[in-house]
Amino acid sequence: MSSKMHFLTDGLVKNNPTFVLVLGMCPTLATTTSAMNGLEMGLATMFVLILSNIVISLIAPVVPDKVHIPVYIVVIATFVTLLELLMKAYVPDIYATLGLFIPLIVVNCIVLGRAEAFANKNGIGASALDGVGVGLGFTLSLTVIGLVRELLGSGSAFGYKLLPGDGILAFVLAPGAFIVIGYLMVLFNKYLKK
Amino acid sequence: MAAKSNLVNMVLCLTLVCLVCGGLLGAVNSVTEDIIAETAQKNLVASIAAVLPEGGELSESQTSDAAGIGEYYVLSTDGAPVAYAVKSTTNGFGGALTLMVGVLPDGTVYNTSVLEHSETPGLGAKCTEEESLFRTQFKGFKGRLAVKKDGGDLDAITASTITSRAFTLAVKQAVELVSSLNGGQDNE
Repeated sequence: MSSKMHFLTDGLVKNNPTFVLVLGMCPTLATTTSAMNGLEMGLATMFVLILSNIVISLIAPVVPDKVHIPVYIVVIATFVTLLELLMKAYVPDIYATLGLFIPLIVVNCIVLGRAEAFANKNGIGASALDGVGVGLGFTLSLTVIGLVRELLGSGSAFGYKLLPGDGILAFVLAPGAFIVIGYLMVLFNKYLKK
Repeated sequence: MAAKSNLVNMVLCLTLVCLVCGGLLGAVNSVTEDIIAETAQKNLVASIAAVLPEGGELSESQTSDAAGIGEYYVLSTDGAPVAYAVKSTTNGFGGALTLMVGVLPDGTVYNTSVLEHSETPGLGAKCTEEESLFRTQFKGFKGRLAVKKDGGDLDAITASTITSRAFTLAVKQAVELVSSLNGGQDNE
């Protein structure tokens, strides 16, 4: 089993979806206005990623080559819709902030990307671990971006006010997202990715 | 890896996958449907209660053709209306802004509550903070319902004039509906 653990850590650093693969930028830019939003969006994506990786690794051998993309999309869309229904029913508060971006997980290139690049060539265990790893990497990245933007933009972290004043407005808005992601990407690739 | 494609197995595979997925979604939907409807109802009741004075009897939802008004509820004691809760929608900065506005029969705003919004976080979204200066000025407000920039009596949220205008307009729609309702009742 320990030989498989690298699938898990790969997603965090070497294949970090945000800073290295640069996939799924749309939800990354849009939902990271605060650390909490980033964390929740990351977890939602991780849920879909793990389940779709597992199912796709199971059905990949029997799916005819020419229709594999439509089949994967149907599988992913099913899990996203499931997630949407469950969130609406059990965590309506989180759904209220993220609702708009949940359906967009269907077209999040991370999910289809991992299905294509990993799950359809690997076994169920490795695929599940890859889902967890990449999911965690995505969650971590979104949370860090959200944290930086929240700190600079409104002087708080996870909703707790840390700095006095209103902060630098631009960081809450779209330009701030690009700036923060750019700098974090530089730092990440300089210090962590060897 | 993937099986060789031919017409039969492609059609079969897609049909099968869609059937399974459709069935699964149908099953989950039938479980969550009631819970979702219940939460929506609970939120609606809570938002109505939040914008109205306590006591009295609440009517069933009534519809109106007035612009931006979805539905409204009348709170009455002994048959006389004491307040109205009006669901009012306008265009905010990021999309529809829907409020529940409590209005007294003389046109005074009792309280407001945000039902749905997609305003900018950290800017326009401040209109959801009930304790903010922007929101508290609506409590018991009677006067020119417009932001100061437009010649009214209300302070706008800093750097969120569009949201403030939309919010104020939504309240105005509600107040206008109530005054038109009361105008109608005078004739009865």
